[in-house]
Amino acid sequence: MANLTSTFIGIKSPNPFWLASAPPTDKKYNVERAFEAGWGGVVWKTLGSEGPPVVNVNGARYGAIWGADRRLLGLNNIELITDRPLQVNLQEIKEVKRKWRDRALIISLMVPCDEDSWKDILHRIEDTEADGVELNFGCPHGMAERGMGSAVGQVPEYIEMVTRWVKQYSRMPCIVKLTPNITDIRRPAEAAKRGGADAVSLINTINSITSVDLDLFAPEPTIDGKGTHGGYCGPAVKPIALNMVAEIARSEATRGLPISGIGGVTTWRDAAEFMALGAGNVQVCTAAMTYGFKVVQEMISGLSQYMDEKGMASTAELVGRAVPNVTDWQYLNLNYVTKAVIDQDACIKCGRCYAACEDTSHQAIDMSADRTFTVKEEECVACNLCIDVCPVESCITMRTLDQGELDKRTGRKVGTYANWTTHPNNPAAKAAE
Amino acid sequence: MSNSQFTPGVASGRLAADDYARNFGDIAPRLEPHEARVAADRCYFCHDAPCMTACPTSIDIPLFIRQISTGTPEAAARTIFSQNILGGMCARVCPTEQLCEEACVRETAEGKPVEIGRLQRYATDSLMEAGVHPFARAEQTGKKVAVVGAGPAGLSAAHRLAMKGHDVVVYDARAKAGGLNEYGIASYKAPGSFAANEVQWLLKIGGIRIENGKSLGDGLALDSLKQDFDAVVLAVGLAGVNALRAEGEGLGNVLNAVDFIAELRQQPDKAKLNVGRDVVVIGGGMTAVDAAVQSKLLGAENVTIAYRRGREKMSASTDEQDHATGVGVRILHNVAPVRVVGNGAAQEVEFAYTEDGPSGLKLSSETFRLKADQVMKAIGQTLSGQPEGLKLEGGKIAVTGTGRTSVPGVWAAGDCASGGEDLTVTAVAEGRDAAEDIHASLMG
Repeated sequence: MANLTSTFIGIKSPNPFWLASAPPTDKKYNVERAFEAGWGGVVWKTLGSEGPPVVNVNGARYGAIWGADRRLLGLNNIELITDRPLQVNLQEIKEVKRKWRDRALIISLMVPCDEDSWKDILHRIEDTEADGVELNFGCPHGMAERGMGSAVGQVPEYIEMVTRWVKQYSRMPCIVKLTPNITDIRRPAEAAKRGGADAVSLINTINSITSVDLDLFAPEPTIDGKGTHGGYCGPAVKPIALNMVAEIARSEATRGLPISGIGGVTTWRDAAEFMALGAGNVQVCTAAMTYGFKVVQEMISGLSQYMDEKGMASTAELVGRAVPNVTDWQYLNLNYVTKAVIDQDACIKCGRCYAACEDTSHQAIDMSADRTFTVKEEECVACNLCIDVCPVESCITMRTLDQGELDKRTGRKVGTYANWTTHPNNPAAKAAE
Repeated sequence: MSNSQFTPGVASGRLAADDYARNFGDIAPRLEPHEARVAADRCYFCHDAPCMTACPTSIDIPLFIRQISTGTPEAAARTIFSQNILGGMCARVCPTEQLCEEACVRETAEGKPVEIGRLQRYATDSLMEAGVHPFARAEQTGKKVAVVGAGPAGLSAAHRLAMKGHDVVVYDARAKAGGLNEYGIASYKAPGSFAANEVQWLLKIGGIRIENGKSLGDGLALDSLKQDFDAVVLAVGLAGVNALRAEGEGLGNVLNAVDFIAELRQQPDKAKLNVGRDVVVIGGGMTAVDAAVQSKLLGAENVTIAYRRGREKMSASTDEQDHATGVGVRILHNVAPVRVVGNGAAQEVEFAYTEDGPSGLKLSSETFRLKADQVMKAIGQTLSGQPEGLKLEGGKIAVTGTGRTSVPGVWAAGDCASGGEDLTVTAVAEGRDAAEDIHASLMG
């Protein structure tokens, strides 16, 4: 079995699967159940300032979207930070950490954006023996209206300022959790780095309305006839998160900054993808909220099998492996030509590839009277849509044309690597050497 | 209860009341909303879907399933009824495993088709139980059409003609409308008064009058119908029953399976029905299976279907055959009855083994006997009582694709007409298409 032990900014955990700061990590009872199930670490649900705790709504907190067979694809929530007294949380954190020495335990924090508030909370958590802090600059609902959460995360200067205070008043490793509700994820990451952050974690949830009640004419989740935007997470957000992780991993200014990957991790494969794009570990919430804590066992077995198959001895060998292959569009090889091929034995003749191609793409699939579907290479631009809509895995594949082979669509032979920067149609093209 | 499965001869009340209720209850109840959503989720919404092509009435199956999955079964029902006004009954009696579900790509992919028949029932029931008739009549045309036969083909034609604004009179020989839907299908496929309710629901379109107790040669003549109406549709079915042409056919308790099935359908108290202890059904089609299965469900101890050719030639679907063997019916292949033995009433049937060779069916000299205190003949129905002057083809009224007979102004549809399989759904399609052709002719 591959060794899944993870060391992230000096914090050790038996595996790289942490539970994200969220409802599942709000109290000792849940966190101990998670550790019993095998989770490598948790980020305790966000603590606020000393004083009367926040309150939550007493109606629905979650909204959802589903795929076929009511499989949960996306979840949205309007829950705030912990609504339990600070002292209770601190006491429980201490108890849990003492009992579970080998697991990572991070405390998520969110207090008003002033130096005294941060100094105070950091002082109060000092003797919990927690392994680190995560600054919640991501929460997009409720707290943002009070000048916290994503309201801070959307202003790089604030991120830098608060991170600096945290590093000044605490010796704990500091992770800055980023909001995706911005235009360029690199700016807040750079600010965190400038402030001295040890790592960033992303993404926090995306502002969203999951659905509208068409009888009440109100957004869901609906509270007494009204609704508000909430934070969206789950499998549906994974592609957005992967891109943001990759942008930070490959950016000159933030390269090497440790990343804790978050956003729709549901299986070992999702976790491996985040790690390949540069995440040192992953944080999970929706999968646990959907299936319970036991899901981590599949993540552990799957990742170790994969690493064994790849001959990887440690997770460090996986982290960042795909980063060099993330590039800009302009550097993609325009002389790389593929054509769709339909495996007639695997084809079940549903015709979805035909409908998709004929109605919405390049009319490159032929349908015979007996429902045999074949690719017209002279029309196929290799867009991949047929593969994406085919219900049978691997029924349609892409064949790569050899160099020198005739591309029936263009009538030209496949050439060597060339990209947009030197393409004759590009007004800014540099002359080919 | 004085009788049991072991009471010799033909007897009623062989089972307890609970057994009758269970045996003749709904064999495939309507899906619950959750079940329907799960089943609907499996549909791939195929392009030019094979299921739709396989349906004789060409119902837009992917569309109606998508309408179910989006929470609008009423819209799904409208999609179904626009092609097949008897979609409710067809959802119950169609051999879907030979039609839409056989063609389903998920049958190819996983050996488990989308449950199209049951989804169709889910949709159609939702609208029919609400008492909603989804169509309105067009402006009246002043044209009159006579339809002879109130079975699936006749009702389908009548509905489409009425919808187009024509006035329709439907004549039927029996006391109730519905034809084989009312008299000819196994009770557990459409329990209660579904067939009768469906007719009443269909008639809500307006413009249709049904006259029972009238048939060609018995109160009706084609010539006068032609004179009194602008067009005539013959949808008389196959009222004749093939004879066994074997010695002893005239003995007591030798009956036609269709009569047994009809009586059973009309009797609400199944405990009152007579059935033998040892029942032999002769034939290989759906009628044979329905008669045999229901004999078993009425408490017969031993029920045997005897078919003169091999299993692959049986016209009853594999699913129907499996259903029969599942309830304990024995199916014998390659045996032909040579005589019924008895003294006043049947006691045994003597069979010879057969060989199905290139020169036809040959009886071997080897014979055997089965105990039989009730013998049911299910060896096919024939056209009977058809008016003079109509060209026939293969024993049926010869028609073109849209049901035109050799006599101008006269159309034919359903089992009595040539072409197409003898299925409810085919009859509905033929009735509908004849109606469309009549409408085009009358208004053209």
